[in-house]
Amino acid sequence: MTFSPELEAKFADLITHYPEGRQRAALIPMLMFGQEEVGSITNEFMNEVARRLGLTPMQVDEVVGYYSMLHKKPMGKYHVQVCTNVACMLRGGAELYDHACHKLGLGHKEVSADGLVSLEEVECMGACSWAPAVQVNFDFHHEVTADQLDTILEGLKK
Amino acid sequence: MKLFNEPSPLETRIISFRFGLENSASIDTYLANDGYQALRKALAMTPDDIINEVKASNLRGRGGAGFPTGMKWSFVPRASEKPKYIVVNADESEPGTCKDRLLIQHDPHQLIEGCLLGALAVGAKKGWVYIRGEYNYLIHIMDKAIAEAYKHGYLGKNIGGTDFSFDLYTHTGAGAYECGEESALLESLEGKRGVPRIRPPFPAVSGAFQSPTLLNNVETFSSVPAILRMGGQAYADLGVPKSGGTRLVCMSGHVNKPGVYEVPLGFPMMKFINEIGGGVWKGRALKAVIPGGSSSPLLKAEECDIPMDYDSIAKAGSMLGSGGLMVMDETTDMVKVALRIMRFYQHESCGWCIPCREGTTWLKKMLQRVSDGHGQTRDIDLIGDLAQNMMGRTFCPLGDAAAMPTIAIVKKYRNEFEEYVARNPFAAPELVSIA
Amino acid sequence: MALVNVTINGVPVQAENGALLIEVARQNGIEIPAFCYYEGMSLQAACRMCLVEVEKAPKLMAGCTLPVAEGMVVRTESEPVVKARKTTLEFLLSNHPLDCPVCDKGGECELQDMTFKYGVGESRFTEVKQHVPEKQWSPVVFYDAPRCILCYRCVRVCNEGMGVGALGISYRGVNAEIIPSHGDHLECDECGSCIDICPVGSLTSGIYRYKTRPWEMEHVGTVCTHCSNGCKTTLGVRNNEIVRGNNRDKSGINGEFLCVKGRYAFDFTQHPERLQTPLVRNEAGELEPASWSRALKLVAEKFKALAGPEFGVIGSTRTTNEENYLLQKFARTALGTYSIDHHRTGDVVTLIDALSGKTGQLAAIEDLYTSKAVLVVASDLAQQHPLLAGKIRANFRHHKAAVYAVTPGPVREDKIARKSIRIAEADSLAGVEQLRELLAKETELVIVFGDAVQGDKVRQLVAFGESLGIPVKYIALVDYANSRGALDMGLLPGLAPGYHAAAPGRSLQQMLDDSSLAALWVVGANPLKGGRKLAASGAFVVVQDLFLTETAQRADVVLPAASAYEKNGTVTNVCGQVQRLKKGVETVGAKTDLAIIGLLARGMGVDLGKVDADAVFAEIAASVPGYNQLPMPVILTGGAAQTHPVNGGVPASLVPGLIASARDTLFTTGSLTRYSKILNEVLEKPGALYR
Ligand SMILES: Cc1cc2nc3c(=O)[nH]c(=O)nc-3n(C[C@H](O)[C@H](O)[C@H](O)COP(=O)(O)O)c2cc1C
Ligand code: SF4
Ligand code: SF4
Ligand code: SF4
Ligand code: SF4
Ligand code: FES
Repeated sequence: MTFSPELEAKFADLITHYPEGRQRAALIPMLMFGQEEVGSITNEFMNEVARRLGLTPMQVDEVVGYYSMLHKKPMGKYHVQVCTNVACMLRGGAELYDHACHKLGLGHKEVSADGLVSLEEVECMGACSWAPAVQVNFDFHHEVTADQLDTILEGLKK
Repeated sequence: MKLFNEPSPLETRIISFRFGLENSASIDTYLANDGYQALRKALAMTPDDIINEVKASNLRGRGGAGFPTGMKWSFVPRASEKPKYIVVNADESEPGTCKDRLLIQHDPHQLIEGCLLGALAVGAKKGWVYIRGEYNYLIHIMDKAIAEAYKHGYLGKNIGGTDFSFDLYTHTGAGAYECGEESALLESLEGKRGVPRIRPPFPAVSGAFQSPTLLNNVETFSSVPAILRMGGQAYADLGVPKSGGTRLVCMSGHVNKPGVYEVPLGFPMMKFINEIGGGVWKGRALKAVIPGGSSSPLLKAEECDIPMDYDSIAKAGSMLGSGGLMVMDETTDMVKVALRIMRFYQHESCGWCIPCREGTTWLKKMLQRVSDGHGQTRDIDLIGDLAQNMMGRTFCPLGDAAAMPTIAIVKKYRNEFEEYVARNPFAAPELVSIA
Repeated sequence: MALVNVTINGVPVQAENGALLIEVARQNGIEIPAFCYYEGMSLQAACRMCLVEVEKAPKLMAGCTLPVAEGMVVRTESEPVVKARKTTLEFLLSNHPLDCPVCDKGGECELQDMTFKYGVGESRFTEVKQHVPEKQWSPVVFYDAPRCILCYRCVRVCNEGMGVGALGISYRGVNAEIIPSHGDHLECDECGSCIDICPVGSLTSGIYRYKTRPWEMEHVGTVCTHCSNGCKTTLGVRNNEIVRGNNRDKSGINGEFLCVKGRYAFDFTQHPERLQTPLVRNEAGELEPASWSRALKLVAEKFKALAGPEFGVIGSTRTTNEENYLLQKFARTALGTYSIDHHRTGDVVTLIDALSGKTGQLAAIEDLYTSKAVLVVASDLAQQHPLLAGKIRANFRHHKAAVYAVTPGPVREDKIARKSIRIAEADSLAGVEQLRELLAKETELVIVFGDAVQGDKVRQLVAFGESLGIPVKYIALVDYANSRGALDMGLLPGLAPGYHAAAPGRSLQQMLDDSSLAALWVVGANPLKGGRKLAASGAFVVVQDLFLTETAQRADVVLPAASAYEKNGTVTNVCGQVQRLKKGVETVGAKTDLAIIGLLARGMGVDLGKVDADAVFAEIAASVPGYNQLPMPVILTGGAAQTHPVNGGVPASLVPGLIASARDTLFTTGSLTRYSKILNEVLEKPGALYR
């Protein structure tokens, strides 16, 4: 399996961050950064990472299954995450999520047919004082109203 | 970077005073504003001197447990065959908490300097900042700051012309609240599932890669440069006895001016809400406050007239925890709050131990049913009972964190649960025993 | 280690400082319940069943990870403890199917037992349970996730016990479940340890499941017939059929250990091609069924007529000591021949000779678990000698033993080895020499060597060992369940039982090659396997076997024999440890080799004395050096007693012969392989050594 030169360089650098013989430590960063490029945690990708770190594919699988940001199935190009945890809920997070569901016609962890957008109801993402909060991929949006969410969603381009 | 909320004149800005300065994350801004002064001072001190200064400051861990920081630093063995490490807990996932994010976003060098001071104190040569996966943008900010620090000789070999060397790296999480728990974080750092470790040994003795490790929260490390600059005693004096200094409190929920504000420990909670937060929104009355993140039992309005320090809040039956203060007005539906909190813990339970894995699931299902209007009277006691059965029995404190708020809500707002049950047309009447 | 005083439930006890409370309690007869704690494996503290009350502790403590300390006061049955236990069980049962009557584990389920014992009462759980369909991971292993209580015993036994690591844990929280090595299936040792160790009915065996109930079986403790390691196994027998093998009582040299063969490959006994009746070659040259009386009469007459030096006898590596002893006695006396041999698979004889005059240098299985250092030479131990490999792993895990391997390819020991040397088997000694410096620094050593080290090389290896200046013990590896017993009982040309001199005769190969051979009697062996030919085309051939093997097809008379699971007697394992076989099932049609020999003797008018296993063993004990001082009670109660055959040197009368291991893998067992359905079904079946 081949990666872009940038990602290869990142992987090569990552390996040097950890004590000799403990390169397994690079596993989660490799999966996270790799997922951005590969699109999801495919079997091929898991096997490749396993090979590079001297793990069995099952050992990688164990880790992938644990973390909520590692997706075996591809999410949309724009992954819209709406927080409904307490602080956001107190300021309309749950209603905002419902609004997103209707607007996109998607449910929790569902992807639009064209693969452009996916939706997820997420747990607290550290924006409680500026609630309700939405993340599109890694970009934060604070104090989001339904209208603002519409604008954000309409701006998601192919 | 722009501030997310306006600062308040009532704040005491010791570790957040650079927030909002032009290019606050850059090393130039940092250097122009007392940056790396503490390091200069510490390079001339012995490790014991540094630790004693931290002890004198009465600084307590800002990650949640509030453990005295100086004492923790003194637990790291002086002599060790294995290398020693620094680990910064930037997993910040406790609902209601959003301060570590700001500390890295606005002032990453303060954190780097804090790590250097920790490294000097315990003799560490390497460290990692474990940043939750959702804070991807902070990794870029932190990496950039680290690169700057290397360029200016504040990281790497022979720092400040001495024989002190230190390397610092970022490390990303991938979505798991449990990885904020220190031993689970270390597992995750090593590339494994975020399941906590059996303790003892504690990280100070056997932490990252089974080596002695100094692990603290972002804010804890970020507070140390100020302590060394102003002196431990002066820092301690800002707060109250046993809770030294200032801390960032994240105000959220039903207030007019939610935001992250730095106040001295012991700052009155009602003053914080009313004067800094501008009071409860929409002219409504205060109903309850969650004082320290969703793991802390909520306080009813009448219980909130207390100073915000570790001991006072503990006396009121809750915790200062991570400093996530959530305000609820009179319209708040406590059944929904209990449900949402339990949904969170059920989602985040790592699954290792039975009481937490099964307890959170059972409780979530029951609370969902009650909230959907299908509750029975006996459910209310059962909810309290099950939460009680989780308390103190789980492998790590996440189980307690799920149980404590539930127990408090059911106890303090039982009437609201009863109202839900009363609306269920199929609710069975209370069984009367015929002896 | 220092002793400390601890009080458990008001009773003062003494214990080693730092010992785990759960163990200390058990040693003092107090059971602290546990699911995840498992003696000998890494600690988990996950199930929370073992919570106990410790004075001055702010909350209940997990007994499985609590080191005892001076003055500790513990209560294991106090009200808070009992309540915690009950509620933990209640939590567990909340998401567990409550259909014990249809669960395969019903009757021996630890969850069921605990529920009875600690009484949960009526279920307060009224929510919907999660359902996930059961999965088949291999012909051996099935997984039913909803029953899984996530105690991680299976993961640990596979990783730590077997050194395989084929099981993992994925997902988290209530969705957490056990996953197999290859996504949707397992590729592993198929040993079934994970199934046996599972406290509930989550992992079940494709061989045993839904066949019967534990209480409907008879349990017979005997010895595995497949390899020389001699694992004790308890057969579960129902309606004269073996339905399972395990060793849950942890008795014997292997504790719970069994490999795929010991646990599942008993199915050959039920194979449809199993011989049920004697076969006699008719006028047309075809083998046709005959009655026992006719066949025996024919053979007895022929034997009487052909007795003499031109008679050849090939014995077995799987028959009992009694059968072997009687066979050679019969051959050397009544048949008047000295041409007697068997398939030799390791050079025990030279080892014994090289150690002559020394005592205590033949290692027992236990030494592999206790010795500070172990050296493996020219063997893929995990495949060829699963139990020995398991002992070495346990030694490493529990005592940090120094492990060394000198092998031609990768072996499982590499993972734990202080140093591994890759070298052709022929050059093994050069590889060993490379380790001299390291080995000399050890305080003791056990050297285990394969068939590549034979003859003079054995002497050189012993000389090397002796030159290290530390106590060294040795194991010469042999292949089959009673390979060692065949040697000890004198199934050798030129050596009588106990390695005494006997008149020389033909070796196995010489018998096959000698065209003047008048008769060949093959008892439980298949020398013509792989297309080998018998030169004496006119020789009268009698074969006793379970199946119509290549050799049997050449026979004039074939006598159906009982398997090791169908008879009593003793066998001697690779380390010279004698154990007792106990009959598990009755044979239909076949007879034990012992009985056949006895009947033939009677037919020939020869008096062999009383022909039953006990009587013959008494004769062995009385006359065979090494077997004369065995502690009989140990053997009779299912234990293993090591023989001490080292004497003043082995006489040079032995006729040299080929020594070659059959190089069975984990999934083969000589000629029996093809009759075991289970060994043929597993994916890993073709296999190779040193992978
Ligand atoms: C379930 C759980 C989650 C936690 N999450 C965090 C967290 O996100 N950030 C943090 O700094 N500490 C967290 N902690 C506390 C840490 O375990 C640890 O006490 C802390 O990082 C130590 O640093 P301090 O002494 O500087 O507070 C958590 C603890 C538990 C039990
Ligand atoms: S309490 Fe148990 S299941 Fe819950 S997060 Fe901690 S270890 Fe995992
Ligand atoms: S059968 Fe044996 S090797 Fe296979 S998974 Fe189970 S324990 Fe591991
Ligand atoms: S399958 Fe059995 S042994 Fe494995 S974790 Fe589940 S209950 Fe425990
Ligand atoms: S190791 Fe040998 S004796 Fe033990 S079960 Fe396997 S084949 Fe049988
Ligand atoms: S509760 Fe929504 S970001 Fe914190």
